Amino acid sequence: MDSISSPQAEMLLDEEPQGGPTFLDRLFDHGLLIRTGVDGLYGRSGAFESVVEALDRLISRLGAADGAEVMRFPPGMSRPAFERSGYLKGFPNLAGTIHSFCGDGAGHAEILACVEEGRDWTDQQEATDVVLTPAACYPLYPVAAARGALPAEGRLFDLQSYCFRREPSLEPTRMQLFRMREYVRMGSPEQVLAFRESWLERGTAMMRDLGLPLAIDVANDPFFGRAGRMLANNQRAQGLKFELNVPVNSVEKPTACLSFNYHQDHFGSTWELRQADGSVAHTACVGFGLERITLALLKHHGLDLAAWPEAVRDALWG
Amino acid sequence: MNIAQDIREILGSNEAFAGKVDQLSDDDSLFDMGLDSFGSVQLMLALEERFNVEFPDELLNRKSFASIRAIRDAVSTLVRPEAA
Repeated sequence: MDSISSPQAEMLLDEEPQGGPTFLDRLFDHGLLIRTGVDGLYGRSGAFESVVEALDRLISRLGAADGAEVMRFPPGMSRPAFERSGYLKGFPNLAGTIHSFCGDGAGHAEILACVEEGRDWTDQQEATDVVLTPAACYPLYPVAAARGALPAEGRLFDLQSYCFRREPSLEPTRMQLFRMREYVRMGSPEQVLAFRESWLERGTAMMRDLGLPLAIDVANDPFFGRAGRMLANNQRAQGLKFELNVPVNSVEKPTACLSFNYHQDHFGSTWELRQADGSVAHTACVGFGLERITLALLKHHGLDLAAWPEAVRDALWG
Repeated sequence: MNIAQDIREILGSNEAFAGKVDQLSDDDSLFDMGLDSFGSVQLMLALEERFNVEFPDELLNRKSFASIRAIRDAVSTLVRPEAA
């Protein structure tokens, strides 16, 4: 697919002066993000959250006519479901597991002594049956499959969740815990591809209305290792993933703010999800990185929300 | 070393081809027969181990693993002449 560029796509970012505050520094200085001492783990201010919430509502409005079934899951999911999902095949390095203390009274004393002495105290932590949600749609598939075969028209779901990916970074757009809004379509290949196509158009229009320069590019997930290079090559060659990129940290390496994914029958096979005629269901999703879009807006329209262009404010809060 | 036979043997250990390898022609599309993306990765790793080779980046794609003939061609370029 050719890149789709907005008229502003050629616009250059105001690069930070050498040695001056970075975009992340400025977000901290303006109180929009709040330091926690961990790279990629930040608090958000009320102003920052007002943008996230406005985006969430805007995405709801854009999809309202489709009648998606809303589901909200906490940012943890069942470990057996996570294991079955296949996430570990592609992204073992990004996964986050929840471990808890499983020792006895003596073990408790040992932990406290370790903490006191600054020694590692985690020996007695054991994996629980909860892992951190890696993508908003992961808890959905087993739930959808448990309902039995899809109706002839397929199904459409609306999800939003905090998601975890273990990739500490000083780029504010690469957080370890962030919110992902998703619409997920399940049905025949034709149904799910038509869905993806419609959101490629809607998502592009949405971001243009927000005054953001953008390009749509074929993409791949960050699969792990040498095996991952082959998965990535295959994904690109088959055009399974597109991303809507906006320059935020740099023009050379723009930030994926939306992604449009065709999973083929991957989740259908994994979860034995069937179409009405009994054949394996195909799935597709559109994902919106709520913090990333917010950061793109802050980068391009400035850190003072009140000074944003009227058209952008209208699109968000009008 | 009979590369084609070795490839068939490795394919037989893939769930999608268990018990069906003998019916495959050299040109049948393995992906049409049920090989998925991750299956092709497992196949790649098994071939590397069997032939003691490493697939270079330019061969890490679906085309290289599309059929027994494609795999044989790819492996043949990697095994040393004296080993083949």
